[in-house]
Amino acid sequence: MFEEYSMAELTDILFMQGFAGLILFSVLVLMALGLAIIFGQMGVINMAHGEFMILGAYTTYLTSHIFETYLPALFDGYFFVAMALAFLVCFALGVLVEWGMIRFLFKRPLDTLLATWGLSLILQQSYRTVFGAREVGVTLPEWMMGSYSMTETIEVPINGIFVMVLTLFIASGVYFLMFRSLWGKQVRAVVQNRPMAGAVGIDTGKVDRYTFGIGCGIAGIAGSAFTMIGSTGPTSGQLYIVDTFLVVVFGGAQSLIGTIASAFTISQSQSTLEFFLSGSMAKVITLLIVVGILMLRPQGLFALKIRQ
Amino acid sequence: MCIFNYESGSRDNSPVFKRRSFIKTLIAFPLGLILASSPLSWANPPTSEVNTTGLAVTDDTVTVGILHSVTGTMAISETGSVQAEKLAIDQINAMGGVLGRKIEYIQEDGASDWPTFAEKSKKLLVNDKVASVFGCWTSASRKAVLPVFEQYNGMLYYPTFYEGLEQSPNVIYTGQEATQQIIAGIDWVVKEKGAKTFYLLGSDYIWPRTSNKIARKHIEKLGLKVVGEEYYPLGHTQFNSVINKIKLKKPDVIYAIVVGGSNVAFYKQLKAAGIDLTKEKPLLLTISVTEDEILGIGGENIEGAYAAMKYFQSLDNPNNQAFVQAFKDKWGKDIVIGDVTQAAYLGPWLWKAAVEKAGSFDIDKIRAASPGIELTTAPEGYVRIHENHHLWSKTRVGLAQKDGQYKVVYESEELIEPNPFPVGYQ
Repeated sequence: MFEEYSMAELTDILFMQGFAGLILFSVLVLMALGLAIIFGQMGVINMAHGEFMILGAYTTYLTSHIFETYLPALFDGYFFVAMALAFLVCFALGVLVEWGMIRFLFKRPLDTLLATWGLSLILQQSYRTVFGAREVGVTLPEWMMGSYSMTETIEVPINGIFVMVLTLFIASGVYFLMFRSLWGKQVRAVVQNRPMAGAVGIDTGKVDRYTFGIGCGIAGIAGSAFTMIGSTGPTSGQLYIVDTFLVVVFGGAQSLIGTIASAFTISQSQSTLEFFLSGSMAKVITLLIVVGILMLRPQGLFALKIRQ
Repeated sequence: MCIFNYESGSRDNSPVFKRRSFIKTLIAFPLGLILASSPLSWANPPTSEVNTTGLAVTDDTVTVGILHSVTGTMAISETGSVQAEKLAIDQINAMGGVLGRKIEYIQEDGASDWPTFAEKSKKLLVNDKVASVFGCWTSASRKAVLPVFEQYNGMLYYPTFYEGLEQSPNVIYTGQEATQQIIAGIDWVVKEKGAKTFYLLGSDYIWPRTSNKIARKHIEKLGLKVVGEEYYPLGHTQFNSVINKIKLKKPDVIYAIVVGGSNVAFYKQLKAAGIDLTKEKPLLLTISVTEDEILGIGGENIEGAYAAMKYFQSLDNPNNQAFVQAFKDKWGKDIVIGDVTQAAYLGPWLWKAAVEKAGSFDIDKIRAASPGIELTTAPEGYVRIHENHHLWSKTRVGLAQKDGQYKVVYESEELIEPNPFPVGYQ
């Protein structure tokens, strides 16, 4: 396995693969955070998560066009505006969906599964009608596409670093929101005991609505960021959804730490295996590991202890 | 039990059907003679004469089917084919139709779902009795409709370049089969670019795997080396690991057959990882990226890559200029045309030529008439149908430009013979 490489090359491999693993880790965390928040708080599995991500991507696409046409001088910085807009658009749609659909199905988790799946189909077809069936190319500012070369073989992609920083930023934002703010306290109270939270005067409906909105908004930011590394088309959201579920379920549905730990485990094993085996085999083995661990720990890696 | 009844039922029916149509023909024959003697009918041969099997042909119309995905994952690829087929049908109608009959079409949506393709093809053949079908895109959808076309004796014009290993009496393959596309491309990089080592990469399903198998055999036959071969699941979006491997193995050529959304991820990450394709070290040769895919990838991310195909939008010949102009007039000036779109455009024209040569819409007669049919007006130049139902065609190599178009840098001198069952490559 190693004999065909020299010592120097092995160091490079270790470094580059470690970095590839970290990028994958950030991508997975960014994908899964929104879903984990919604699932953890409301027990609703948002099957339209991928479509919210693509809504963020399309928002980025439109923003890039607006900047190209009207504000070419500021094009280098449009991406930040696009991410903010992606959050707002997805947040608004999320709140609307919660208000118009989810709250009526709240007591029936299986039905929400079906309803959000239906929503994902509706969104896909709307994208197709509005933006056309073909993928759109999002033009990125030049500075985001290059790489920073450390040695002859080691080159660090700038968009990878960007995703990592963004993930760190979002994750700490979510942490602050959940554990250091009044709103987070309310959310945690609702998760732990919904009737009691209601009894002490927390508007659980409102908490739900904003949680759903924020989950969708984060999905939008993720989608916006992924225009750097992936495709933007009506059904591109489907590419992310399986990995997202995997991370959330493996991590333990109601734990943000679990989500992060699970993303780390999956990304590191995936990228290490990918190097020594073929891509498809790496995926198979990663999934086998996940299935094995879930058989021993059905609640996932981390689980909140709640009195049932 | 149920199946048995159904089978015996159809066995009972078939001689009756034949007898009836035989009687019809007997009646039709003198009738046809009478009509043929009147001056009007020289332009419009009587329906009973040109349609003896009950297809949807009237005195002034003929109905065909278009069967592609306009919803679901594959809509992204199949939209261009639908547009091309409709354009060809419009143009044929403007020239007076086929055997004096205007073509009408019934469009069905395969919805990117293979059983739906089978169901819709049965509907087109059995209920609508269409005279031919232009459709399918993925091999999986073609395999799904194949038994239906063979059972009900329909004729399918299939536009996509594909892995070969198939030859049905009920399909005309207007795209290239694998050896036509692959061998010429590899010969070109070896001869012109002095390539010695190759890294094969693909999405994990039948077409890339079969194609890479042919590529590997050919590379090894030339005495050169494959330094790596990798497959990633469809829809895979993280290619950093394989890009690292490519960097370490330093191949002369990355031979990439990645498809769909993965394509976009692959090229963007390749660029971000500092592999500059315009430097040609390593050089990238693909058979899966047409102008359509570049729309999603972005010209700036794939600039400098080479593609081996039979058609590029930038081909410089009068046929193609007229075709591109007509296509843009009908579907908008920003539209791009990829290899498969052009192949789909050939379908209605090849069918028209076969019908006119046979003097009949009957499937059996079209099949008999098809081999040897030539099209001098094809946008790609000149094509001819081979006995094996594939097309003789030239292979070209294009260099991807920043604006999303290919610049043609090589064209095979001769038409390349289609060889769906290549001996020594399996």
